[in-house]
Amino acid sequence: MSKNYETVIGLEVHVELATKTKIFCSCSTEFGGAPNTHTCPVCTGQPGSLPVLNKQVVEYAMAVGLATNCQITRYSKFDRKNYFYPDNPQNYQISQLYLPICRNGSVEIETAAGKKQVRIHEIHMEEDAGKLVHDEWEDVSIVDFNRSGVPLIEIVSEPDMRSADEVIAYLEKLRQTIQYLGASDCKLNEGSMRADVNLSVREAGSSKFGTRTEMKNLNSFKAIAHAIEGERERQIELLEAGRKVVQETRRWDDNKESSHAMRSKEDAQDYRYFPDPDLVPLVISEEWIAEVKAKQPELREEKLARYKKEYDIPEYDAKILTESKHMADLFEATTKICGKPKKVSNWLMVETMRLLKERGMDAEDIRFSPENLAKLIELVENGTINGSVAKEVFELVFTDNTDPEKYVEEKGLKSVNDEDELRAAIRQVIKENPQSVEDYHGGKEKALGFLVGQTMKATKGRANPGIVNKILKELL
Amino acid sequence: MSLMSETAVGLGKKIKAKEVSVTEAVRASLDAIKAKEEKVNSFVTVDEEGALKRAKEVQKLIDSGSLTGPLAGVPVAIKDNMCTKGLLTTCSSKILENFVPTYTAEAVRRLEDAGAVIIGKTNMDEFAMGSTTETSAYGETKNPWNMAHVPGGSSGGSCAAVSAEECSFALGSDTGGSIRQPSSFCGVTGMKPTYGTVSRYGLIAYGSSLDQIGPITKDVTDCATVLEIIAGHDTKDATSVSREDTDFTAALVDDVKGMKIGIPKDYFGEGLNIEVRDAVLSAVRTLEEKGAVVEEFDLGLVKYAIPAYYVIACAEASSNLARFDGVKYGYRTKEYEGLHNMYKKSRSEGFGAEVKRRIMLGSFVLSSGYYDAYYLKALRVKGLIKKAFDEAFAKYDVIIAPAAPTTAPKLGESLKNPIQMYLGDIYTISVNLAGLPGISLPCGMDKNGLPVGIQMIGDCFKEKNIIRAAYSFEQTRAYTHSPVTKEGE
Repeated sequence: MSKNYETVIGLEVHVELATKTKIFCSCSTEFGGAPNTHTCPVCTGQPGSLPVLNKQVVEYAMAVGLATNCQITRYSKFDRKNYFYPDNPQNYQISQLYLPICRNGSVEIETAAGKKQVRIHEIHMEEDAGKLVHDEWEDVSIVDFNRSGVPLIEIVSEPDMRSADEVIAYLEKLRQTIQYLGASDCKLNEGSMRADVNLSVREAGSSKFGTRTEMKNLNSFKAIAHAIEGERERQIELLEAGRKVVQETRRWDDNKESSHAMRSKEDAQDYRYFPDPDLVPLVISEEWIAEVKAKQPELREEKLARYKKEYDIPEYDAKILTESKHMADLFEATTKICGKPKKVSNWLMVETMRLLKERGMDAEDIRFSPENLAKLIELVENGTINGSVAKEVFELVFTDNTDPEKYVEEKGLKSVNDEDELRAAIRQVIKENPQSVEDYHGGKEKALGFLVGQTMKATKGRANPGIVNKILKELL
Repeated sequence: MSLMSETAVGLGKKIKAKEVSVTEAVRASLDAIKAKEEKVNSFVTVDEEGALKRAKEVQKLIDSGSLTGPLAGVPVAIKDNMCTKGLLTTCSSKILENFVPTYTAEAVRRLEDAGAVIIGKTNMDEFAMGSTTETSAYGETKNPWNMAHVPGGSSGGSCAAVSAEECSFALGSDTGGSIRQPSSFCGVTGMKPTYGTVSRYGLIAYGSSLDQIGPITKDVTDCATVLEIIAGHDTKDATSVSREDTDFTAALVDDVKGMKIGIPKDYFGEGLNIEVRDAVLSAVRTLEEKGAVVEEFDLGLVKYAIPAYYVIACAEASSNLARFDGVKYGYRTKEYEGLHNMYKKSRSEGFGAEVKRRIMLGSFVLSSGYYDAYYLKALRVKGLIKKAFDEAFAKYDVIIAPAAPTTAPKLGESLKNPIQMYLGDIYTISVNLAGLPGISLPCGMDKNGLPVGIQMIGDCFKEKNIIRAAYSFEQTRAYTHSPVTKEGE
């Protein structure tokens, strides 16, 4: 590679909003359900049916806009995007082209390269399509309209990102903000957050943008990072070979780790956008904006500051705890029950993070209840179980949300705190390990540790190590 | 005399007084249909079984005192572009030849709740596109006054059914004159309410920003009575308006003293048949004699209304009719290869020529590069027309015009020259563009014995002004709402 190239990236991020009902009818948005059970005349495009806007969708879109420093459009409209496809029952999608609800925002991101602002061009509301299922056996396609009409917002950034790191940081930031607002769970793997990457390359220092491509079907941060690297290289290779980058839409194949062209700009459809006459213009008042602002929950920065102050938690820990809204909620709920913020933080920071990493899970995937974590902490604190038993029990709490009290009771894992019972066990250990006893008397402190270990083993891990230590020293 | 010669309100009174049973009323309608349908062809579907079954239910509700309204037990015909649960709804198109809705349109539901009995679904121009009811896939409807003539359109089936006394009243829809023009041709009373007054939920859309459901009746009293029942805010229609003044029957007052009536000179010039002009102006004089203050004025912009209308209505139609694709309901071609071929063949075979023409026109004006020049410009014209009417209504309570430039043309004359047919909408179209209420009622006959209609236009939400003017005029004329009574058949 002879020249230095700069990558220029802009993102179109679709986020499925967490409303209970669809954007233009009162059908449930719940995931799953037998095909075509969450449907009605409106979301299946029956003749004569009409859309009616769900106010909660507008409030979520406004909340996201306000949290990303956008201007809220006081007079916005819905437009029809016309195209034929069987997953789209009306053969048009209701979206916003001319007057989107939010414009001109920005978010701050932080990468190893430092902090920077990524500008947001607009956020608009639209409806999701149904799902096509291709039955190879019968050689037919079947359509499920349960997803049809599920509300989405599309967040369109300016081409302000220059690396995969920045893209991931931007997406993490959006995800975190939107999760904190409760506007979506933002799961890439389940499709409640989807990102299309617009990428071009140019010689470093050039002020003109190169020709861009749009990459679709990116279902994980890993896929996004790989697709960006791959597309950057592909475009540079073309330019180096004296060829041109073609403006086109490409589809990422996660299995092959490569992309292929879907359609070029020349094949681009004319969507014949026009304002949807079935929906009246959306007029947003100053009061409504104030209302949405007032309802806005505590966002991450505020939470971070509060944790440090209210719970006296170090900055580093507070950052990790607040990285995901789910984790922060868990922390607060558990602390509220047991009143021991540091212990709760410790369980979440150490054991929980370890298990998440081991099992390739996200904080959002945590399923145990704050009640059970609080119970476990109590069991340790009041000496009912010791630390190593607690770690074992926690794995079960983490995996199955097991009730630790019941489990400890049923499995007989309570610590042996009875000194007489321990004394008998320790006598036996001393008797069986004369060499270690001799070593200890000879000044080898390590030997004591060995003897504590043997005692623990003899009591199947249930002994209180503090008491064992004390008695051992006494007997020796 | 058949029970179907009664007005809807008159028949309702007899049913209430137990002089007539609901079954008798429904039977009278079914008998009339059996006797006349072969000639008139007003209906696409007659629901004999459903109507007779419902008649019994309604009778019980009347007897138990739970149904006391003026239309309880009265047979009604519904234009075939309004969804009726479990009853075939075709829009007079082949593409919906097998479409049975899973729900009922709000306006129809309100009538059912009031005890009206649905007798059947009436013929229309395919998807309400046309002015003659000749574009129907199920054969043309004839004008009951003269079978060689069209009934007008697109609500030609509903108007012919009322005129031929096959039912007591009917519902129609009006996008550019589709209630008022055929009402004029068939000698019945038809009204397009202010946009947003009657819910469009369940009305299969043609031009969504212009479509409005309205009553087609034998007289003004029936018209106000039906409108009072079907009007009202509906949360299922975002364009539906919440208004309190829907007690339209309160305006059935024979008094126009001091009422200011504007006559737009532009509506009485070139292109207007002289007999129609004379009949309308004579009606105006009658109102003047009754104390109304009449003044001529220039409305302006008339020549822009038709192109603006066809751009907007067709643009919306091209998108509204996209859902008819053979995938989910309606006609699907028998043999096809792959998805696009299926779309293409289903739509090519399912839609008629006039519908295709308007879909193509609409798709064209929305195409990138043309959108601003056509669609946006048409919307600006729409705004200007509304402004011109606003200025006129600052001076007048009611504007009077013909409903159509001529009386009913002969069958087969209109479709040969679509531009000429489009020009026939000149007096009705602006009312839709401005969202205003307009009523058409009989005001005379031409020398061939075909009815002439007078159109009265009100400001937005001022239906009561035109009901009052129409009712007052109606009191002065010898009433002939049906050719059947006239001919003594």
